[in-house]
Amino acid sequence: MMHQIKLNLKEFKCIVIGVSAGGMEALSKLLASLPADFPLSVIIVQHLHKTSTGYYLEYYNEKCSLFVKEAEQNETIKAGNIYFAPPDYHLLVEDNETLILSSDEKVNYSRPSIDILFESAADAYREKLIGIILTGANNDGDEGMRIIKQKGGFTIAQNPLEAEFPVMPQSAIDTGTIDLILTLNEIINELIKRYK
Amino acid sequence: MKTDIENIEIDLFLEAVFKCYGYDFRHYARASLKRRIKKLIKKNGYKRINDMTSDILHDRSFFLKVVYDFSITVTEMFRDPSFYRNLREKIIPYLKTYPFIKIWHAGCATGEEVYSLAILLKEEGIYNKTTIFATDFNGDALETARQGIYSLKDMQTYTTNYQKAGGKASFADYYHAKYKSAIMSNALSQNVTFANHNLVTDSIFGEMHLILCRNVLIYFNRELQNRVLSLFNESLVKKGFLALGSKESIQFSSLENDFKPIDKKNKIFQKIKQANI
Repeated sequence: MMHQIKLNLKEFKCIVIGVSAGGMEALSKLLASLPADFPLSVIIVQHLHKTSTGYYLEYYNEKCSLFVKEAEQNETIKAGNIYFAPPDYHLLVEDNETLILSSDEKVNYSRPSIDILFESAADAYREKLIGIILTGANNDGDEGMRIIKQKGGFTIAQNPLEAEFPVMPQSAIDTGTIDLILTLNEIINELIKRYK
Repeated sequence: MKTDIENIEIDLFLEAVFKCYGYDFRHYARASLKRRIKKLIKKNGYKRINDMTSDILHDRSFFLKVVYDFSITVTEMFRDPSFYRNLREKIIPYLKTYPFIKIWHAGCATGEEVYSLAILLKEEGIYNKTTIFATDFNGDALETARQGIYSLKDMQTYTTNYQKAGGKASFADYYHAKYKSAIMSNALSQNVTFANHNLVTDSIFGEMHLILCRNVLIYFNRELQNRVLSLFNESLVKKGFLALGSKESIQFSSLENDFKPIDKKNKIFQKIKQANI
């Protein structure tokens, strides 16, 4: 099935990524590969401990050519920015492409929850959204990926064989709504080569 | 297309709730609201939002059952300990200079933070000259707040929070354990008035020295945020303090110039007289 579906980045506006705490390395490799003139916005839920401070932002910012920041209430989403959900807050996308936070109950034992970001982003961006699930140890993101697909977006899961924690990508794949199953390097190639 | 119809259904639902019962959720941040409505549909076994709207219109008891699902009651004692530490260190010394103190805790939900505040005031020796107005529109949550009975298993986290917040005594002195519950000491609620108040539709009820409203504004859209901030502005004495949630700010609101930040990180602001700018 791989590579039969062509991914043309020009057709998209936003990428959402779900990854759990252990995915720091995978995620930073992916984010660092994005060139400074990358045309899409990137919004990320990483499951971090609620007391995590801004150190992870510094860590990513050091490695990336794109601007990495924590999402703020009512912030307008800009192309080429990378936004992280703040620890202990859910992050949602409004239809007018602004970001909002919520401290609702945990979903899938998680706050921020991947599902909450993905579902709201799917509503806002419809077929202009790419959803990516990387390494992780629970099934947060399944419902989100299903809805991204349902609204016409594009879905990618990291190949569980190479993922540090295969549960999350495997669980997303098992929903039957994943367009491409790729290794990290293949994801990077897709995103960058297709764009160039 | 389906989403557009869904948005129309949400509009109709919100309009119905407002016109029929006076609860106005029309200016809540849409994405969180949508999620909550969808959850309600699922929980109550509906296929469409419109089916629920119809039942809401004709069945008051059903409405009363679901309305409280629109308020978020996620909270904890000494939530964001650094906020309480800075409140203690930066604001309390100022409050101490008043002969009496009025504090409004708006959107207090189940009251965990009201008891946290009461403990802090006790330890700083100003509880006896303070009146705390603790308000919420959620009657169920308010009843829990009034009773001050919480789950014993949460007390471990709260104790840690209390210590990080600069607590001066032993947290266990403030509650007694019974079966699986922690019952907060009566002395903490003596000067607290719990009252039903809706920030969206009700007006102010007194001059306050400090207003706490944490993690409430994030559920409102910009317009409603501005309206509620004006309400707080009107309600504060000159140089009164406003404390918001850790991800909320007065920055970029229409009230930006009416307040100055005292603690940017912990979102504590002070009302300044506009003429002084």
